[in-house]
Amino acid sequence: MKARVYVMLKNGVLDPQGEAVRHALGSLGFDGVEGVRQGKVIELDLAEGSTEATVNEMCEKLLANTVIESYRVELM
Amino acid sequence: MKAAVIVFPGSNCDRDLAVAFERAGMDVTMVWHKDTSLPEGLDIVGVPGGFSFGDYLRCGAIAANSPICRSLINHTERGGYALGVCNGFQILTETGILPGALRRNGGLKYICRTVGLKVENNETAFTCAYDKEQVIDVPIAHHDGNYFVDDAKLAQLQGEGRIAFTYMDNPNGSVADIAGVISKNRRVLGMMPHPERAADADHGGTDGVAMFRSLMEQLATA
Repeated sequence: MKARVYVMLKNGVLDPQGEAVRHALGSLGFDGVEGVRQGKVIELDLAEGSTEATVNEMCEKLLANTVIESYRVELM
Repeated sequence: MKAAVIVFPGSNCDRDLAVAFERAGMDVTMVWHKDTSLPEGLDIVGVPGGFSFGDYLRCGAIAANSPICRSLINHTERGGYALGVCNGFQILTETGILPGALRRNGGLKYICRTVGLKVENNETAFTCAYDKEQVIDVPIAHHDGNYFVDDAKLAQLQGEGRIAFTYMDNPNGSVADIAGVISKNRRVLGMMPHPERAADADHGGTDGVAMFRSLMEQLATA
């Protein structure tokens, strides 16, 4: 089985990379891009029977820094 | 006085930090990240700058989970001293020893230059040789030095006098111009600027020397 983890900077934490991407889109002529947030996607290959709780624990301990980042887990 | 400097794959300021400790009169042992224990009778642990584990995942995230960091956490929980510089500061926040986190610089660029730092708290073993609000020149060299804490934590740090240094001219977007923070017991300092790179006339500046010298004096009388 696989799990996909999405890690994003929390709302309220300025994302300078997202801002730079927003500016670049504007200079390419894409109007109306009001905000860009850049995050990470981490895919995990897991042994059958692994639980979402375990993946959440991985996020808390390593995959996300919960001071500035939020995460979401998708089991596939 | 006994100091240890932890070496991670990708550390590149470990020898500079060791030299700064040695010049202040300390015996320094280099400790590899896979070691599971720190030397006995240690007075201070240095966590050096660099790019531990290639900055993969997040700066300092992998290093913070190295075997030696369990011992580092125990050392600080027992009231031991530690100094984390640059990547070392990132590692100290990732272990949770110090609060907050270091984000990508606001201007997105890697910055390498000497900056002015204001001494906000000179009542610590690290900073007592400086005057309060003295401005010292210390180099920075980082891509991810943009310090973040939320408003509640910031108020707490300010209230407890835990901001050791602020930037005179904020180079990276850090909350409240914070360049260095100290633990509640005043024994762990994390800072993005490099005092060990301002520790010899040939470095172009010597404003960092006083930190290592006062640490030596304070630890000797402790």
